[in-house]
Amino acid sequence: MAGIVSYGGYVPRYRIRTREIADMWDEDADAMEGGLRVKSKSVPDEDEDTATISVEAARTALENAPVEGDALGAIYVGSESHPYAVKPTATIVGASVGATPLMTAADLEFACKAGTAGVQAALGLVEAGRIDYGMAIGADVSQGAPGDALEYSAAAGGAAFVIGDEGVVAEIEDTTSYTSDTPDFWRREGERYPQHGERFTGKPAYFKHTEGASRALMDRLGTSPEDYDYAVFHQPNGKFPVRVAKSLGFDEEQYETGLLSPEIGNTYSGASPLGLVAVLDEADAGDRVFFASFGSGAGSDAFSFSVKEGIEERRTGLKETFEVVEYIDYAQYAKHKGKIKEE
Amino acid sequence: MLRDVAVVGVGQTSFGEHWERSFRDLFVTAGVRALEDAGVAGDEIDALYGGNMSAGQFIQQEHVAALIADYAGLSTEGVPATRVEAADASGGLAFRQAVLDVASGASDVVVASGVEKMTDLGSTETTEALAGSADREWEVFSGGNVAALYAMMANAHMERYGTTRRQLSEVVVKNHENATENKYAQYRNEVSAELVESTPYVSEPLRAFDCSPASDGAAAVIVVPAEDAQDYTDQPVYVEATEQGSDSLAVHDRNNMTSIDSTAKAAERAYEAANVSPGDVDVAEVHDSYTVAEILAVEDLGFAEKGDGGAFIEDGHASVGGETPVNPSGGLKACGHPLGATGVRQIADATRQLRGEAGTQVEDASVAVTHNVGGTGATAVVNVLSDRNGRSR
Amino acid sequence: MTAPRFWRKINQRYRLVGTECRTCGTAYFPPRDLCPDCRRDGDIVGKEFSGKGEVVTATVVHDAITDYDSETPYTLAVVELEEGARVTAQVVGEAEVGDSVEPCFRRISDEGEEGIVQYGTKFKRV
Repeated sequence: MAGIVSYGGYVPRYRIRTREIADMWDEDADAMEGGLRVKSKSVPDEDEDTATISVEAARTALENAPVEGDALGAIYVGSESHPYAVKPTATIVGASVGATPLMTAADLEFACKAGTAGVQAALGLVEAGRIDYGMAIGADVSQGAPGDALEYSAAAGGAAFVIGDEGVVAEIEDTTSYTSDTPDFWRREGERYPQHGERFTGKPAYFKHTEGASRALMDRLGTSPEDYDYAVFHQPNGKFPVRVAKSLGFDEEQYETGLLSPEIGNTYSGASPLGLVAVLDEADAGDRVFFASFGSGAGSDAFSFSVKEGIEERRTGLKETFEVVEYIDYAQYAKHKGKIKEE
Repeated sequence: MLRDVAVVGVGQTSFGEHWERSFRDLFVTAGVRALEDAGVAGDEIDALYGGNMSAGQFIQQEHVAALIADYAGLSTEGVPATRVEAADASGGLAFRQAVLDVASGASDVVVASGVEKMTDLGSTETTEALAGSADREWEVFSGGNVAALYAMMANAHMERYGTTRRQLSEVVVKNHENATENKYAQYRNEVSAELVESTPYVSEPLRAFDCSPASDGAAAVIVVPAEDAQDYTDQPVYVEATEQGSDSLAVHDRNNMTSIDSTAKAAERAYEAANVSPGDVDVAEVHDSYTVAEILAVEDLGFAEKGDGGAFIEDGHASVGGETPVNPSGGLKACGHPLGATGVRQIADATRQLRGEAGTQVEDASVAVTHNVGGTGATAVVNVLSDRNGRSR
Repeated sequence: MTAPRFWRKINQRYRLVGTECRTCGTAYFPPRDLCPDCRRDGDIVGKEFSGKGEVVTATVVHDAITDYDSETPYTLAVVELEEGARVTAQVVGEAEVGDSVEPCFRRISDEGEEGIVQYGTKFKRV
């Protein structure tokens, strides 16, 4: 059965605290922190972007893989902050890992679930026997307009997965998606910052699609929450994933390992993938992982993973990298995010 | 060399920010002064060598030797004019080519000139143009520039030999003091070490005052066979040696980050050809594009032991009255550094020293060395000049 | 740097693909097609460098050329790669002589808002 052969995540080392942003805009720091359940978020270095984050994640994934970059037959990068509007990020990754030229590649966009859509695409090619190994990446350097609510959580990070049917350490038992045309959060071509529907992004969007995909998957598989050791959900803040987990019947013990947003913020296309990386760094052979991403626009990709022998050799220590971080203030943050540009 | 060569005339413009003067204005002025000094008429010139690093970037002009010959009134005679480029060793190299031309017997009267018009560009574009003397593909693309590369050499020298920040500053203090008597110099004010150390960083440890300034200027010298020299002047200056060395373009490819090996090679060849040793040198005009470059120069030219360059200068051995006066003209730092002109200006200043006509004069100077480097050291030209007073070869 | 010029050396910039002279065993990064020691007797082949190295010397650049001006101050260093070749590159953060470093993939420069983004290898301390 096909699945994840190896994986890797990358989160930039800078952090800014929620209260630092709140103080800048004269908001109540405690209320913001409490409302979002996000204490801090990651901030990219000035020379980092979605492409550099994707490359670092891809290289980590290949470090522990049983194959080299040139074994990859496909690379998909999902993001809403690709460095170019036209010219793919996936080829930059391909050239950096030595996968070019015999491969297919494309960039994907579906808000925060573009990376998991890439997993499904790679999985399709592998299961059809068209390629031996494919790579799917979800990464972002997400933007939030200064002073907007999104600014508190919009963060940077990404994760990469090598998909194959040999040397699999996390089998994809099944995957199901729930998709509709729901404009809960969007960014028009040429605009710098996205718009969002505020409370509209909740029930009709995040919850409806995540629950829809999750229930559909468990129906198909005949499983229920008790069958799983871990559960990972899209995590735009620290509240939504907890609420959807509970409404589906998962408990804290199952979702806490994969819940990173309180510390690193919302890494958009990297969010649920990074949560999955954290879980795979801990899960043992025989464990089962429930996973559902969410992307505004809107859709959710649900997966059921079965962890196999050999997972120990693929571990990456993602959470250990969170121990070496540097906190910065708002002025440094603004410079890093390019909000202040020298003319 | 087949026959001896002598310098019989020198001329230059003052160096500085010459807003009203163009590239053409500069070299014509310098050339006319050199010809007057030599008592040579334009139609006597057999060939012209023009040193210029970057007219293409600064004024979008190529084909500059032709331009120089044209505006110097020499193209009407169809005089062969050749541009010579080796970054900021272009002038020294133009001089060497002129000397070899005469030495070979191909020509009898040759002009070596150097000119650069830098100030039409702002400082960022100037840094960009200068960066062309380094390895653009593998040093500049990574974020390097000439100042940063010299800064790394300075750090390596300080790490290895204990050279101090103050020793860098003393180079500036000495050179500015020397330039107070140089009517052609861009800066004729004295500066203190404290002032130097208070200027903003360019690339640590180098500060703004560790760097020679962008400048407009031109210089020209006339060379003839030594046997004809007395026809032009009572005080010919003889070219005892003109040698050149090369090294890898990128600093990271050098064997040594704490010396400029091309200087050492050129100096070795020059001292041998001239039959002198470093101790015989009475005065030297060296390439202080950055303060650390002068420290490296006094070591690589053999005036000080390797690693002792900073102390040599700090202790006064390179001052006028010391063991080996270095840059009595003020050097690149105080004279100004119009890139292609500097190497020829050094010949003019060495000539004045040997004639006894310099502003800050070294007493009884009889043997002079000039030293001109391209970029971070991929090219170095070392010349030995003498007045042959009381010395036979 | 124009797009074709940047593209020509992508493997070198992204993956530190250099060369090696099999006649004398010297490894070259940046790559050379002619061994300066062996010249025509050299046997040049491709070689991928690990990227692991040590800082030989460094500086903090405050005045940079146009494309890099917005990034100042930044650390520039000469790094000696474990295969013996030396390279000039930026180090993320500070660097001291003797620091062990490894490569990281970063934006090196871009040509304003409209030009191509030029990626490459910087180093970070391990």
